[in-house]
Amino acid sequence: MARNAVILAGGQCKWGVREAHLVDLFQEAAKACLDDVPTLKPKDIDGLIVATSYAGRCSFQVNTAPVIAERCGLKPTSICTRCDTLCAGGSTGIILAMGLVQAGAADIVMVAGGEKLYTPQRWEVFYSELASVDHDWDGVHGMGLPPPFFALTAQEHMMHYGSKKEDFAAVSVANYNYAATNPVAQMQKLLTMEEAMAAPIVVPPLTLYDCCPITDGAAACIITTDEIARKFTDRPLVYLRGTAQVCLNSVSANFPGAHLADWKHTRIAAEKAYKRAKVSASDIKVAQTHDCFTISEVIEVEELGFCKKGEGGAFCSSKQIEIGGKVPVNTDGGLLAVGHPFGATGIRQGVEIMKQLQGRARHQVKDADIGLTHNLSGANAEHTILIYGREPVK
Amino acid sequence: MGFDKFGRKSFTGVTKTAKFVDLLAEGKIEGTVCKQCGAKYFPPRSDCAACLSKDMEWFEMPKKGTLETFTIAYYAPFGFEKDCPYTMGVADFSDNLKLFARLAGDIKPEDVKVGMNVSIRPLKYDDGQMSFEITKA
Repeated sequence: MARNAVILAGGQCKWGVREAHLVDLFQEAAKACLDDVPTLKPKDIDGLIVATSYAGRCSFQVNTAPVIAERCGLKPTSICTRCDTLCAGGSTGIILAMGLVQAGAADIVMVAGGEKLYTPQRWEVFYSELASVDHDWDGVHGMGLPPPFFALTAQEHMMHYGSKKEDFAAVSVANYNYAATNPVAQMQKLLTMEEAMAAPIVVPPLTLYDCCPITDGAAACIITTDEIARKFTDRPLVYLRGTAQVCLNSVSANFPGAHLADWKHTRIAAEKAYKRAKVSASDIKVAQTHDCFTISEVIEVEELGFCKKGEGGAFCSSKQIEIGGKVPVNTDGGLLAVGHPFGATGIRQGVEIMKQLQGRARHQVKDADIGLTHNLSGANAEHTILIYGREPVK
Repeated sequence: MGFDKFGRKSFTGVTKTAKFVDLLAEGKIEGTVCKQCGAKYFPPRSDCAACLSKDMEWFEMPKKGTLETFTIAYYAPFGFEKDCPYTMGVADFSDNLKLFARLAGDIKPEDVKVGMNVSIRPLKYDDGQMSFEITKA
């Protein structure tokens, strides 16, 4: 008999610049996750999937899962492993956990992701970034830090589609303002259009608030079956309806789109995830997309089908991404304002969608029944999409 | 010669395509082509990703390309700071061959235009490291 996967609980620790070890952050996140459904205890959990990419470099810890299992009081008997998909690690963990519980190879899996990126040697993260691209053929020339790549993407979007700096600023204003009341966000401040437009340049045309920060943090969630979840909670169940992960290139020269603002791999991932979830773009009531830079969110709302290709700038600046708009996006503050500890991000997104679909989000979207999360990872090398719903796929 | 001689900074010492560096020293920028299915690769691959054959040979990259895209780094990863600012770009040589590299230092940033005709040439840094760069055609 088919088993349906649901997200049962989730939480995150305080994100930002943290005086804490990587494993401390995971422990705080696991507690926040278990506190979300107090009837669930560590002894109930039979699987752990850890998503972290920089643990080996910045925390000198590989084979991370057993270390985190012990610190979180878990004794997994079905799976205990780590996955590394950089910025999509958390979403990848959720996809893997979904498959395991659907197949009956695990029953209750904690997916926990996190990074400790601020180290006493502040340059270290800027060296490790070279390991996030193909270091032999891209890194050797001095490519590795994301802002120049996304600045170029923004320039191409402006050139091909006429988007404006004001459109990018509208994304940062919306996402900062969502995060202003989020106690675990790295950036808790209201941002005005004037401030966003007057911010210092990082790489033209991107300025300070166009770029997500570097973040220490962790998040955790629980993936199980609907039947098991019913034993622990009376809340509405949030089902994993369909997922996709698409990779068409690794080296930057082989980018698959017609130009850098044409994200063919996002479109393929969206088509596949919508098909599996038996929904279309117009069914998505709330989305958490990968706003590592404002331009990313502008392109994502296009490629996910929330508006026509090329109209993402106008979609964002006309408040369609805000509460009351066509598709509210990054309703907890997104990567731009909550922060981006790579392996934790997909989990943070999934938890926000769970809360939206259960009607208990801080910025609640009315009658949200279908939600989507999206990540890009690497030098825009991979796209990962998960679709959640109040009902299972039939 | 070891592959550690390749790149402004090197990250890999041993690879099956280390001959790339020897060819660079001879003034040649070469990719690999599969003798079984004809698929061409730049960066060079030791085995074919299309048919998984290991029967590969070297070929010299075309010299006439166009600049597909570029960006300027005003700050850089650790180890590259002294080079800033530098321009990086993707050159398209058709036949499914594209290449990512820095643009030669003698091209002024204001003169760089998408679609401009470009070529490539080997490059030797002061410390003896070898690479290749995109030049004006």
